[in-house]
Amino acid sequence: MDIASRQDGSIRILKLTGRLDQASADNFHKALIPHLDDCSATGNPLLLDFSGVEYISSVGLRVMILAAKQVKVQNGKVAIANLTPIVAEVFQIGRFNLVFQVFQNYDDAVRFLNQ
Amino acid sequence: MKIKFWGTRGSIPVSVTATNIREKLVAALSGAIGRQLTTDADINDYLNTLGFEVTGTFGGHSSCVQIDIGTEDHIICDMGSGARPLAQSLLTRFGPARPQTYHVFMSHLHWDHIMGFPFFTPVYIPGNRIIIHSCHAEVERAFRRQQDPISFPVEFDQLAARIEFEILQPGQVYAIAGMKVSAQKQHHSGDSYGWRFEHGGQAVVYSTDSEHPVDDIAGQAAIVEFFRGADAVIFDAMYSLAEAVSVKADWGHSSNIVGVELCQQAKVKRLLMFHHEPAYCDGKLTQLLAETRRFEEITREDHRVEVLTTWDGMELEL
Repeated sequence: MDIASRQDGSIRILKLTGRLDQASADNFHKALIPHLDDCSATGNPLLLDFSGVEYISSVGLRVMILAAKQVKVQNGKVAIANLTPIVAEVFQIGRFNLVFQVFQNYDDAVRFLNQ
Repeated sequence: MKIKFWGTRGSIPVSVTATNIREKLVAALSGAIGRQLTTDADINDYLNTLGFEVTGTFGGHSSCVQIDIGTEDHIICDMGSGARPLAQSLLTRFGPARPQTYHVFMSHLHWDHIMGFPFFTPVYIPGNRIIIHSCHAEVERAFRRQQDPISFPVEFDQLAARIEFEILQPGQVYAIAGMKVSAQKQHHSGDSYGWRFEHGGQAVVYSTDSEHPVDDIAGQAAIVEFFRGADAVIFDAMYSLAEAVSVKADWGHSSNIVGVELCQQAKVKRLLMFHHEPAYCDGKLTQLLAETRRFEEITREDHRVEVLTTWDGMELEL
């Protein structure tokens, strides 16, 4: 799992590429932590661009839940955009729309984070 | 080993309603329009094409599961309201004149898991022996208390069977009723315990009323080891994952998604979804099963877990 970071105004954008599974989950979580730490009420809103995520396992979902919990405690804002069909299906089954703000495209996610 | 489910509903017993029945009839009759159903065989062939949510029901009794290893002693997990139809079945089979021994393994002492005991007819029959195994020191008090006169017309001391309480320790392996039995402490209000039963090279885990907090890594690892290689895990899949980690966090229950994850890691053969949310109708439970199977398929890495959901009356031969 690769993470490419860039900044769009105050928004931290992470473009994720690869598989989020048992083999990659730990390293992904460690790489995510500094960005999560910055995602607070006064910090950088976080946009996770999932367009390059081809697969997510239940262990990968666990990392996402931990991320959501941390950001919630910090009163930060996080959005997810550009789910591939298979990942969108997993999110739907887990009712992740109740945990995350999920958007079909990048622009809608940015609009939400800038509100 | 054979498992028979007598109560699969969580928290409180429920029943199908008149509205539910009418919806099933409308669905079945709508599908029959234009068909030539002139014989009983035609009708049954047609019914066999319909889903379980139309022709059957998951039922509404609270937790009670029977494990049959082919020995004389009876093995039961929890004494929810499903204990009443279980008792009827046992009495029909064995009659009141043949004393029986029952081993009951308690997940915990919440009401929905003990409420069937006063209606478990063998407790009223002299000569029967009922051994209640629990990791809760208060088990006897809980059973006696629900039969205090303020709550029930027959006091515990009036029960004719010989009733014993056996306190077991989690983490130890016991030889009970011809099985290897061990318990695992679980995350639930007042604690709950999962049970692992092994016999003849097969293993069944009964793990209900158990939450698996996402940040409890050590707890997760312990549960995975407890489930390791089991032929079947009966699993508390009451909520969606999102509910279990958000609005219903700390309510002491788990989700279908976590069930799949744990069973995948532990290389379990079958995940048996259990302790159904009382608000869910048959259609919703059928949808959840389909979604959970799809989730298992999507997230499968190197091990396939067969996903089943449980219903009152279901039998499973391992």
